[in-house]
Amino acid sequence: MNIMMNKLARFLPKGRAWVTAVPYTWMLLFFLIPFFFVLKISFAEVDISQPPYTDLVTRTEDLLQIHLNLGKYIAIFSDGWMGQYIVAYGTSLKMAFYTTVFTLLIGYPMAYHIARAKEATRNTLLMLVMLPFWTSFLLRVYAWIGILKDNGVLNNLLMSLHIINEPIEMLYTPFSIMVGMVYSYLPFMILPLYSHLVKLDGRLLEAAGDLGAKPWRTFLSITLPLSKGGIIAGSMMVFIPAVGEYVIPELLGGGDALMIGKKLMDDFGPNLDWPMASAVAVVMIMLLIIPIIWFHRFETREMKGNE
Amino acid sequence: MSNGKMSFGARSYLAIGFFFLYAPIVSLIVFSFNQSRLVTVWGGFSTHWYGELFNDDALKSAVALSFKIAFLSAIAAVLIGTIAGLVLARFGRFKGSSLFAGLITAPMVMPEVIVGLSMLLLFVALSSTMNCGIDVAEMTGIQSLACSAFGERGMTTIWIGHTTLCIAYVAILIQSRLREMDKSLEEAAMDLGCHPFKVFFVITIPVIAPALVSGFLLSFTLSLDDYVLTAFLSGPGSTTLPQWIFSSIKLGLTPKVNALATIVVAIVTIFVVLSNRMMLKAQKSREAAMQAAAAGGH
Repeated sequence: MNIMMNKLARFLPKGRAWVTAVPYTWMLLFFLIPFFFVLKISFAEVDISQPPYTDLVTRTEDLLQIHLNLGKYIAIFSDGWMGQYIVAYGTSLKMAFYTTVFTLLIGYPMAYHIARAKEATRNTLLMLVMLPFWTSFLLRVYAWIGILKDNGVLNNLLMSLHIINEPIEMLYTPFSIMVGMVYSYLPFMILPLYSHLVKLDGRLLEAAGDLGAKPWRTFLSITLPLSKGGIIAGSMMVFIPAVGEYVIPELLGGGDALMIGKKLMDDFGPNLDWPMASAVAVVMIMLLIIPIIWFHRFETREMKGNE
Repeated sequence: MSNGKMSFGARSYLAIGFFFLYAPIVSLIVFSFNQSRLVTVWGGFSTHWYGELFNDDALKSAVALSFKIAFLSAIAAVLIGTIAGLVLARFGRFKGSSLFAGLITAPMVMPEVIVGLSMLLLFVALSSTMNCGIDVAEMTGIQSLACSAFGERGMTTIWIGHTTLCIAYVAILIQSRLREMDKSLEEAAMDLGCHPFKVFFVITIPVIAPALVSGFLLSFTLSLDDYVLTAFLSGPGSTTLPQWIFSSIKLGLTPKVNALATIVVAIVTIFVVLSNRMMLKAQKSREAAMQAAAAGGH
């Protein structure tokens, strides 16, 4: 037996290293290393060639030259607060923030009531939250065009009820982007909130009630603090991707509300300015690095707490 | 915290919430049977657009490509994601474990435009350093292998992108399942001298099988649905279903899109309801078996 265990112990670290290497290598190769290419190309210049950017390193006879071109970064910040890139970053951060707040306001009570339902009902309700998530995201965003446009479902309904006399312009405004974002990101808020709320011990709430706490007080001093993890996880799952959102502003937004994701896609696609797109991405990562690190720290703490 | 009846307020709140989630989907279904070309003006009942849908060859090839990529991505994501989940749940701290955990979960939150751009730049740089433009006959073995994979954007590059995204979701699913699992079974097997690999295949895999299935389905759906990553990683000859949908919406060819949406919703609903039923049944029979075992033991 002991010999067996010794053999096992000797095998383990080696085997573990090999096992770990598989996902590690994949993520390094296709997730981490690519960011260095973004960084590198953000210092390049546009070039009419294949690929469409200049090389940073040039070799002449016996001279190795490295050109770091800061032009793209200067272009982002040169026009001050009114520059199109700064405005686009601002719009994106603002939109992402509002999306997070609204999904939290709508999602929290939903997650709370689902978590407190009977087990059979709970499963059905949870399935109903997940169902739209499994159907195509593009198709659900598209559905809002039919609802929000001038002769769309909502305007027709309001006019037939004589609440309004002529259609309200809703589509291709910041309002329609907001609706689309809140709608699309809602399940990402509800699910982490639910998984925290469902673990909450009902006896704590009963005890608070027995001790004479009003429901509102119970909520503030017990439920809310105990679901803090879900609020943080949900908010990060919504906020960080929402900053770079491309599809929703492209399909539901007008030309005036430029968000940074669309700006990046435009520079990459129609403008064929890959160094600019890269610089836009680098600045976006800089903006998001603090929430990302914060989220990661928090997740690791959560995982340890569960053990 | 399950406690009995839901109040009227709770019921109405949930009703409004679910109305918000489902109203757009319902309106898509209704207008898919609209005779009129105008999407929101009702012109009588018709299944005309479904017929159009089935005659669209571009759509058919887009669906075929999307399914192929989704299947391959889901397989790769389950294989790699399961290992990653196992490492996260069972290996504790090791050198670089914090970076590892960060790398695995980051694609879930990182804006897709950044992930897409960075992967594309990697592939482009690889193909230009490999000199993929030169004559095929002059290539070395590794070079031709790399060039056929990354030189031209298309199925392989999209597959790599989707797999990277899906690994995160599979790893999280597997990890949380492994944490719930009773470790004593694995430990007992190890104490009896079972090789860790054998323990994994004989004990761990069957226990986490439901998580593997849902990881596969989730990856399949994510891949089938992804537009942004695909837009960066696809080449001229590869159009996926989301790309077809996106350009149809942009060009205003939308009654067909309604019909497509209805078909997707129908398939997904049937699938989700059935799998939910099966899971509940399996859970019940497992509980019954455990009760029977407990009764027999006494």
